[in-house]
Amino acid sequence: MAECVLLAHGINKRFGGLQALSDVEIRIERGQIYGLIGPNGAGKTTFFNVLTGLTAPDAGTFELCGVRYWPTEAHRVAQLGIARTFQNIRLFPDMTALENVMVGRHTRTRANALDAVLRTRRARTEEAEIRQRALEIIEDIGIGRYAYYLARTLPYGDQRRLEIARALATEPRLLALDEPAAGMNATEKAALLELMARIRSRGVTILLIEHDVKLVMGLCDRVTVLDYGKVIAVGSPAQVQCDPGVIEAYLGRAHAAAPPRLSPT
Amino acid sequence: MGATATAEPSNHPAPPGGRTPPRVLGAMIALGAALIVLPWAIGAFGDAWVRALCFVTLYVMLALGLNIVVGFAGLLDLGYIAFYAVGAYTYALLASPHLTEHFPALAHAFPAGLHVSIWVTLPIGASLAAAFGILLGTPVLKLRGDYLAIVTLGFGEIIRIFLNNLNAPLNFTNGPSGITLIDPVRIGSFNLAHPGTVLGMHPSSLVLYYYLLVAVALLAILVCVRLQDSRLGRAWMALREDEVAARAMGVNVRNVKLLAFSLGATFGGVAGGLFAAFQGFVSPESFSLNESIIVLSMIVLGGLGHVPGVVLGAVMLALLPEALRHTAVPLQDALFGRVLIDAEVLRMLLYGLATVGIMLYRPRGLWPAPEHGMRRAFGRVAAANGEAAKAVSGHG
Repeated sequence: MAECVLLAHGINKRFGGLQALSDVEIRIERGQIYGLIGPNGAGKTTFFNVLTGLTAPDAGTFELCGVRYWPTEAHRVAQLGIARTFQNIRLFPDMTALENVMVGRHTRTRANALDAVLRTRRARTEEAEIRQRALEIIEDIGIGRYAYYLARTLPYGDQRRLEIARALATEPRLLALDEPAAGMNATEKAALLELMARIRSRGVTILLIEHDVKLVMGLCDRVTVLDYGKVIAVGSPAQVQCDPGVIEAYLGRAHAAAPPRLSPT
Repeated sequence: MGATATAEPSNHPAPPGGRTPPRVLGAMIALGAALIVLPWAIGAFGDAWVRALCFVTLYVMLALGLNIVVGFAGLLDLGYIAFYAVGAYTYALLASPHLTEHFPALAHAFPAGLHVSIWVTLPIGASLAAAFGILLGTPVLKLRGDYLAIVTLGFGEIIRIFLNNLNAPLNFTNGPSGITLIDPVRIGSFNLAHPGTVLGMHPSSLVLYYYLLVAVALLAILVCVRLQDSRLGRAWMALREDEVAARAMGVNVRNVKLLAFSLGATFGGVAGGLFAAFQGFVSPESFSLNESIIVLSMIVLGGLGHVPGVVLGAVMLALLPEALRHTAVPLQDALFGRVLIDAEVLRMLLYGLATVGIMLYRPRGLWPAPEHGMRRAFGRVAAANGEAAKAVSGHG
């Protein structure tokens, strides 16, 4: 059996009267591209926020590559090895693309204020490494030509790519992408698919929230479907696609009896 | 497009720590020479101008310190002058007869009076200011924008009111009358207040103070530039741009914020100590809210977060009152035969106009950071503009 990268179960999160997540569990194996789907408001992004330490869960256990963690501080989670992107792009708009990626190196480097002021040998070699590594990543992701442009001036699709580059700079074990294809056209989506496959081939496991069912079906090894904060189905894309519960969640009860074909929403 | 990326290695800036381009080096030498000659040249018009220059350098230090908090880390601080006060009073108390006069036990321990060297008091003042920075920073970690501004404003006022009232029952600060007879700067046995002959010349005390202050201000610039261009500097900017994203990228927001507050405060503390030594007198009225706002205006006017812009803003706004004092009255006399607007009133009027003008026409300041972000690649800005990139790939 393959190595388990992320194991989370019994996750609960309540916002006042709304049970946003109830007993959610997920198990992601190394090298997988794992899809998390569900209708609007199903709790996908809440799950992401809980997983990455931006929203504290009420209950649950979390394990990353066999290490238990309790996600209350986002920077710890990033250091542990989960990097994420955001549904509404959250770059550092007034920093250059390169600087955005360099920030991603923060958790893997250690020069402090004194090193910076005295410009010690350690700080200089580390700084050169950060820059070198960031340049490599940004070239690799395919937006090297924008390295010295301010992030906010990049075209939309490339801003999404830059966010992925920034996340990759933290050397994650698990890359969590929150609707990376949102608002992309067909060409951009195809390029994104190719990029994700390439990232996976480097040994990074990917967790993906996506609305585009066609994209999920073609790309993911395994899928979890959320609805009203509950897991309603887990399995391969083909299995999930035929699940009457899933069809009902997406299209309503009347369709559940109809032939199992899920059209893109 | 992929070909463009590989065909233009010249687009990449020199690695940090590489040699300074000769053009920049030349400019630096010229600037250094100008700074050395300046007090002698301007001193011809009277000592008041040299004194004004000294205050300009103090404001440059303050502006640079506040720029770390507001410009780099994006934390709006309206009480910054409090750290200046902490530095100034630390120096004043440790290097004046005040404490020994009012505390007999202390007088017994130091029969010659407290005259602690500036090499000791400045670090103490700076560390104390840094400690106050953390004291202010800790409760406001979760505040942003307007809310943060209100709390910091309150903090600044609290410090000033304490200084105003800590004269009874035990007289620590001498209240509104302030502390007098503060020791001047002594370097070894050399007293900056009574220099005598230096290298066969007779520089005035003011000129020597100017050199000392300029040296410290240059050091402050160096520290700022190095901090900006480091792992910590990028973390500050990330925090300023998007706190949530910064957290998700592994930046420990709490530590980084506290570092911004305390390092910014350190600059204020050092400037305050030098101010006390230079002036020989401190009182709470030098540390009013108005001063905090003036320092903030300097960095906004100059270019928030851009060190050269901040220095420019500080120089301009600090020189303005002095220039007005010497020109407003004679000019109006000559033009209208009488003084219509008092110099002080005119100054506030010009501040207001300048602020409105900046907001309208240069919202990013007079000298903002370059738009295309070629911050580290001197003289290669054009390469980022695309045309140059095309030209390169065309030739290749």
